[in-house]
Formats: sequence, structure tokens, C-alpha cells
Amino acid sequence: MEAIKKPIRTVWDIPRHEQFAPGHNMCQGCAAALIMRMLMKVVGKDAIVAMGTGCVEVTTTPFPYTSWRNPWLHLAFENTAAAASGIEAALKALKRKYGIYKDRYVKVVAIAGDGGTFDIGLQALSGMMERGHDVMYVVYDNEAYMNTGIQRSSATPLGAWTTTTPVGKRMRGEPHPKKDIIGIALAHRIPYIATANPAYPTDMMEKFRKAYETRGPSLVHVLSPCTPGWRIRNEHSIHVARLAVLTGMWVQLEIVNGKPRVTVKVRKRKPVKEYLRLQGRFRHLTDEEIQRIQEMVDRYVEEINRWVGEEAIGPVEA
Amino acid sequence: MTESTEPQGVERYLGKKYPRTWDEVPIAGIVPWPGNTEELPKHSWRTIRPVIDQEKCIRCRMCWVYCPDSAIVEVDKEYTNKKGRTFKVSYEVNYDHCKGCGICAFECPVNAIQMVPEER
Repeated sequence: MEAIKKPIRTVWDIPRHEQFAPGHNMCQGCAAALIMRMLMKVVGKDAIVAMGTGCVEVTTTPFPYTSWRNPWLHLAFENTAAAASGIEAALKALKRKYGIYKDRYVKVVAIAGDGGTFDIGLQALSGMMERGHDVMYVVYDNEAYMNTGIQRSSATPLGAWTTTTPVGKRMRGEPHPKKDIIGIALAHRIPYIATANPAYPTDMMEKFRKAYETRGPSLVHVLSPCTPGWRIRNEHSIHVARLAVLTGMWVQLEIVNGKPRVTVKVRKRKPVKEYLRLQGRFRHLTDEEIQRIQEMVDRYVEEINRWVGEEAIGPVEA
Repeated sequence: MTESTEPQGVERYLGKKYPRTWDEVPIAGIVPWPGNTEELPKHSWRTIRPVIDQEKCIRCRMCWVYCPDSAIVEVDKEYTNKKGRTFKVSYEVNYDHCKGCGICAFECPVNAIQMVPEER
């Protein structure tokens, strides 16, 4: 199964072949499984996967089984990007010295969760982007350390309950807003940065394809709803991901050589209350706190619209 | 059910029993059988199961796209519904891999998938 060359416009352009095997131990309704399935459909067999510790790493490889049909490497939290850049350099040296893979393009795909990217693996990621290795880095962001039992990470949004940001008299959930990883990647001036969402599979696969075809570092940041951690119903995981886009909490960006573009435009966005009320982790929020989050999202959307240069995300519908 | 004498699961791959001590484990802990979780049944995880109504289904491919466990299978089977419309593909559920999350039933635009309680 080769990598996809043609653009993916409709769902009928998605190949039927499964490069990511079913039967893994991910939870019912886990969106990370869907993301990995779509990612492996795009990159095909000529890819080396460097996987940082996280939910997907633990659940797809219960020894002696594996869900991956590609060369796959288990790595620690902090060195995903470092090891991926090492593989890329080794491939380059093999090509130059011995002529291995001369007629074949082999891509290194690094996958890590939000803990392994935003917190622990940030310096390795920064080094990889700064040195300009030809690595595609995919972050599946479930907004906390879900694998070890819902501890907060720097990707946890404002007001969310986790086990380390409990709700009580002194603390009302996570006190800080989410870290801007796209801004950090943008500061390294890498050729391709995108944010994607599993509720828009063709858009997500198109971004994976463009990241695959980029010669140089690329970062794709994917929102991945987590059913036990976000306290949502199993069947709602895609619905919640879609609502994140429709309410303006998540903007589908694509930045090619510093030029930003919003790929999924929302004419009239919904109030954030609809997104927050579906999730048990936001259930303690009062109307004033929801109003504060709404104002934060308003500011964020205004910032994005100014940056893109058009009204990509519209005003809140009454 | 007939009893098969062939070894099942891991034992078939390893040619012996599941490694019990450290020196039976493959060198460097590698797993040289790509994609072999496909053999692990996950049907015991679910409490409700999806049933596709082929009459109502309009073949929009949404259940196949959104299934995280690749449990909805696309097969080249022709089907003509009562209105006389012929479809080239059909969607079936692989009940070995389905974990019963219900995403397919929730995302189906025509409600052709029903979640039925699992009864034994």
C-alpha cells in the first residue's frame, strides 16, 4: 500500500486498505484510534513510526502483539522527536554511503500525545524543528495525561476538571488556558503546520498528506476526544469534536510557509455552552465562568480573523 | 463447534507457549508479526451491538469512516432495495472487533443502524 498521492476531496477517495490493524485495546469510542487509522491510510507502508509514550503506544502493543504494519519504535516521553531526527539522519547516511533506499522515499513519522509534546518532549521537538529534519510530527491532543489517570498537562483548557486540578472551595478546575503549540512551531519557521480534527476526516487526511509531502519538519496538531477523561458518552466523541469547531474553541488552521489559512470556515458559530455542557469535566462551571470562557474564545477568534485577513469564523449566533 | 488441534493465537506464532521466563522472550523484545492484534477478539467488551438495516442504508460511507476499530467492513456485494435502486457496495459489521461504542449509529444520517442489547 503506497502513500496517497492524489488530493482527498470526498470520503470516497479514502482507500479501503487498513494499514492500522484493529483489535487494539483503546477504549470504546476513542478518537485517537480513528486518527491513527486515518494517518496510516495516508502514509502507507513506506514510513517508520517513532512513537512516544502515551495512550496509543500502550494500547496498540500488548506484547507479543502489535497493531502496526510498519516499522515501529517505542520511545520514552522526552525523546520522541530526538529519536525521530536520529532515524532520519541514519536514513540519509545509509542512502549516501551504501545506496540503500535510493529509488524509494522513506518518511519518518513521529507520533506523541499532548503530554509528550507540550510538556516533556518540548525541547526535543524544538531541536528537531530548529535543525530542519525531514520528520512529520503528529500530536494527538486529548488535553490531559489520560493514560495514567487524567492528570493535568499544559494542554488542558481553562476550567477543566482533572484529578490534579480538582473542584472545591479553593480551586475551580484548571486555572490556566491551553498552551499555544502552533505559536511555538510558528516561531521555528517550519514549512508546514496544521491543526486537524477527526470529525472532518477528509480535511484531516488532506493535512496528513500535505505534511507527508513536505520535505522538512512538519507538525500536525489533532484534537482527540477522550471518553473517560472528558466524561462524555462513547457515541458522542465525534459529535464533541465537531462542536469544538462549530463553537470556535478549535480552529482548523493550515500554515504553509508562514501563510495562514482556515480550512473549515464557520459562518455563525455556536455559543461555547453547547460544547461545555456535553462534557462532565466542565460540569461544575457556573454561568459567569462559562461567560469568561466565551470571552476568551471571542478574543481568540478575533485574533485568528485578524491574522488570516478575512472573517473565517463568524459571530456567535443569537 | 469442532475442536481444532492447531495451536491458536500467540502459540501459533511463537511455535511454543507464551514466554514465561526472560530467556524465552524474542531478542530485544521485537514483535516480528505485523498487525497481529487483528487476531484478538474484542467482542467481550460490548454490551450493545450495531445492526445495519440494509433497506434503509444509503451507502454514504460515514459509519465506515468514523469507526475507530475498523469493525464496519465495506464489501463488494450488490444490493437492490425495494425502491429498485441498486448499490454496488454493502456495509457489514465485523462482530469480532466491534467494541459497541455506538459512533456508527449516532453518526448515521438516516438512522439505518440500531444498537441492540447483547443477550446471551
